[in-house]
Amino acid sequence: MKAVRLWSIRNAGWLKKCYAALEGTLALFNPLLKAIGHERLDKPFAAVEGAVKGFLFDSQSCGQCALGETGMACPMNCPKTLRNGPCGGVRQNGGCEIKPEMTCVWVNAWEGSQKIGAPEETIKIIQPPVDSRLKGRSAWLRALRLRTGESA
Amino acid sequence: MKFDDEPTPGENLPILPGHTSPGRFERVLRAGQFAVTAEIAPPDSADPEDVYERAALFDGYVDAINATDSSGANCHMSSMGICSLLTRRGYAMILQQSCRDRNRIAMQGDILGAAAMGVCNILCLSGDGVQSGDHPQAKPVFDMDSISALGMVRHMRDEQQFLSGRAISSPPRLFLGGAANPFAPPLDFRPHRMAKKIAAGAQFIQTQYCFDIERMKTFMAQVRDMGLLEKAYVLAGVGPLASAKAAEWIRKNVAGVHIPDDVIERLAGAEDQKQEGVDLCVDLIEQVREIEGVSGVHIMAYRMEDRIGEMVTRSNALGGREPWRPAA
Repeated sequence: MKAVRLWSIRNAGWLKKCYAALEGTLALFNPLLKAIGHERLDKPFAAVEGAVKGFLFDSQSCGQCALGETGMACPMNCPKTLRNGPCGGVRQNGGCEIKPEMTCVWVNAWEGSQKIGAPEETIKIIQPPVDSRLKGRSAWLRALRLRTGESA
Repeated sequence: MKFDDEPTPGENLPILPGHTSPGRFERVLRAGQFAVTAEIAPPDSADPEDVYERAALFDGYVDAINATDSSGANCHMSSMGICSLLTRRGYAMILQQSCRDRNRIAMQGDILGAAAMGVCNILCLSGDGVQSGDHPQAKPVFDMDSISALGMVRHMRDEQQFLSGRAISSPPRLFLGGAANPFAPPLDFRPHRMAKKIAAGAQFIQTQYCFDIERMKTFMAQVRDMGLLEKAYVLAGVGPLASAKAAEWIRKNVAGVHIPDDVIERLAGAEDQKQEGVDLCVDLIEQVREIEGVSGVHIMAYRMEDRIGEMVTRSNALGGREPWRPAA
């Protein structure tokens, strides 16, 4: 939903902090989560995550979330799914080349990243190409595995 | 411009120390010359003569030729096909590779194939959306984006590996380029975007059409302050407008091209608008040349390719230098 998505961008700063708190809490419980098995938990986690992030960000559930580095604008909503910045086709009014009625995801991302602070720092991170195997899987659990240095 | 170690047409130059490609385009730039590149119009045909004829329009005026990859998402002869034909005659080609139509498997295969054919330069682009072209029903691929694609080619060249980590026995020796659009929002993002491209591997940058010199100056000052001009060469994109009406149409329909009002007024006020468009382009070449850090011009003269010689000569873009041309 556009209104919620834009609200999330305006509130990107504390939403990112919320996620950091959530990830920290989940990390505390990670031994338990691992005992149950990330594989087994992936579906229910992905369902909750998809609902929350779908509502707040129109997240497309790519399973390798970059929202914290893209000003809380889901880059998978870009018709070209660009994860490293805007294409050259952005209209003078900030509209998307392909869907003129939609504001470019990266215009929103730039705005949101100012709220997060040090926008140059987050936005300059080069995002690797999408791993299409992860689509629909839980990015939260993946983040826990990355924290402990396991393969994602 | 001929080098002492000129190879026979179709073969490449030796790679000089500090260079990454065996091509003349990298040599011209690294020699500190003001470079001229132009976009060849890809034919809607399978006749090689169509390609040779179009390339011949540039003989003696350009240092390298960009072969577009179905730009505007309209079908034409492939950039690979055009490069294959023209490298055999000795032309320095810039292969444009967009992420719109191919995934990482196809792209990496093409990169090896292109380098094997003698292509020394590659321009990595995201590509226009399929919706803007003549096949809007097509599936947009976008497995990579322009920045991850640059990183991929650099990985193949410098690490001698595919993205998968599998070894490449003889790596593609390429000079890598990216595009920049200093004229599209979000304007403050644009220098950072260029910085990312350079960090990913871009060694030269070709910009979108520049009709707004003041904006170009601002952008160049920003990227200069960021220290980017020590890492990459910037070629300013220029081109002639056929008429005020055409300019209005482009402004409205071609995403990413910014044409200020005074440009349209200048064309509208002219008796011969087409000539005025050429004159304007000559003026733009002269003006961008004066901007500190601009290392060349990239001329996109859609359907006016036959006027490129005139524009290069009149603007003295080459400063008396004679680029390589095929033997008569």
